[in-house]
Amino acid sequence: MKAWIAFWNILKKDIKNYYLKPPNISWGIIFPLSWTLMQVIRSPDGNILNLLPGLISMSVLFGTTSMLAVTITFERSGRSFERLLLAPISLGTMVLAKIAGTILFGIFNAFVPVIFASFFINLSAINWTIVFFAVLMISITSALMGLLIAVSAEQVFEAQTLSNFFRFPMLFLCGLFVPITSLPVFLRPLSYILPLTYGTDILNGAFVGTNTLPPLLCFGILLIFAVSLFLICRHCINKKWIL
Amino acid sequence: MAMVSVKNLKKTYGKFTAVDDISFEIQKGEIFGFLGPNGAGKTSTINMMIGLSRPTAGEITVDGIDVRKQTKKAQSIMGIVPDESNLYNEMDGFNNLCFCAALYGMRKKEREAKALELLELFKLKDAGKRPFKAYSKGMRRKLTIAAALIHSPQVLFLDEPTTGIDVESSRQIREMIVDLKKQGTTVFLTTHYIEEAERICDRIAFIANGHIVALGTVPKLMGSISHGHGIHFLTDKNAESFATELETCFKGTKVTIQPDHSLVIVAEQRIPLFPVIAFFQDRGIDVFEAREIRPSLEDVFVKLTGIESSVLKKDAEKVGPK
Ligand SMILES: Nc1ncnc2c1ncn2[C@@H]1O[C@H](COP(=O)(O)OP(=O)(O)OP(=O)(O)O)[C@@H](O)[C@H]1O
Ligand SMILES: [Mg+2]
Repeated sequence: MKAWIAFWNILKKDIKNYYLKPPNISWGIIFPLSWTLMQVIRSPDGNILNLLPGLISMSVLFGTTSMLAVTITFERSGRSFERLLLAPISLGTMVLAKIAGTILFGIFNAFVPVIFASFFINLSAINWTIVFFAVLMISITSALMGLLIAVSAEQVFEAQTLSNFFRFPMLFLCGLFVPITSLPVFLRPLSYILPLTYGTDILNGAFVGTNTLPPLLCFGILLIFAVSLFLICRHCINKKWIL
Repeated sequence: MAMVSVKNLKKTYGKFTAVDDISFEIQKGEIFGFLGPNGAGKTSTINMMIGLSRPTAGEITVDGIDVRKQTKKAQSIMGIVPDESNLYNEMDGFNNLCFCAALYGMRKKEREAKALELLELFKLKDAGKRPFKAYSKGMRRKLTIAAALIHSPQVLFLDEPTTGIDVESSRQIREMIVDLKKQGTTVFLTTHYIEEAERICDRIAFIANGHIVALGTVPKLMGSISHGHGIHFLTDKNAESFATELETCFKGTKVTIQPDHSLVIVAEQRIPLFPVIAFFQDRGIDVFEAREIRPSLEDVFVKLTGIESSVLKKDAEKVGPK
């Protein structure tokens, strides 16, 4: 019960102080929207449906990684983060509370291109349950990667640089806009060590049926990624931030 | 059983030893002070005690709970005031306090009641609705202390509670700490103000270069250095020319002349006052003032640590009148 009170209040505070702040909320809308528009304009005859999985993945990736890395390094530099480390809640609860807000923000980001696209195309045939869980898993793994970046960075700008260093290559490596099968062979192993690849594959399947792996396998792999990343993050925080 | 017990605590950063084999105990309801200059190892020690940093060696228990093994359980009875005021800038005072209460699992009603009570107690009621970033340094300090008290901790840790705060706010904070002690809270604080330690601490440990150099009550610390007895004489005329004569007249004394031409007589034994005054009177000199010179805690600190008191005293003036 006590842990739940702490968890819920950390989440509520983060949503109020960070995610619902005008610059972030507008970034969360404008960024996915402008990418969607750009893609639509670039290929006017193009099939929006084909683009949607990539757009969703990208929106989630960009929304989550930057937010978490920046808010945590920000709280660390102001030292308010020490309060969380000193609170009588387990490190695991604290990590979950911190990523929960980001995950919700990621899910919100994901549905911006979906809602936009719904004005142009008929999306009634899509299995939304699968889409939702794929988005959730992408959001969780990306948030945890953001956290891992936050653990490695000392300053806010460092966190931003590091997260860009990771996510721009991911746009190309994870099958968002370029199918993995058309990547040079030597790059493909890289694709398969990134969780986003599996999430995007599920989405490709759900929207256009062009998945390369069975969705259930992808969910399994994503779950393994999520659990391992969570354990790694918790371990790193314990090692690095409790000196 | 001691409320806080620290045994052979050690912290090294690489090859550098910041805290070297420190041991002490704090009884329930005691105010225990760590007095030392910058870099002495005060923050390093406090951080290990609160579980924010891992000891290289040693044991720490708080109310019998092993801080290293049951960190979270121990933290639930600790109130912590770090050396920097570290609340959330974008939140107002009231919400900051409520948030801290929630971290300790307090329910909404309880949180809000306690937050209001503390805002009142710290005279921050009007500031309760303003964001933390708009607070003055003293207000930030007070709210940070209030946040540490929100869950009514049994042991309060304060790292330099009054550094950089004006006389009035510092006085309020000290009064606050003494009141908490009266209610049974155990207090561990660090400071580099000698007067502050002397005024509110039941016992003081002098810390320098990671070592506890001396530990005890103020009278005990005072008694730990042997000092002579000294009397300071202020006279109407210059009495300097009689210094040597005075030394021969009163065996075993040493006379020194002060910059203002007054005299200080020092001896192993106590010096009877009247014969000295008579000595001056015989030579046509009137004595205006004769004052016993007592060593201050500062002298004791300097003698024991070998550290110039100016290192500590920088803004001691601001501790102000009692
Ligand atoms: N993380 C760290 N890495 C390396 N050295 C450190 C670290 N933290 C502290 N030190 C060193 O340990 C020594 C003690 O530092 P500490 O902060 O405990 O001193 P302090 O008594 O709190 O001083 P102050 O009055 O300035 O707060 C210093 O020499 C400091 O440089
Ligand atoms: Mg310090």
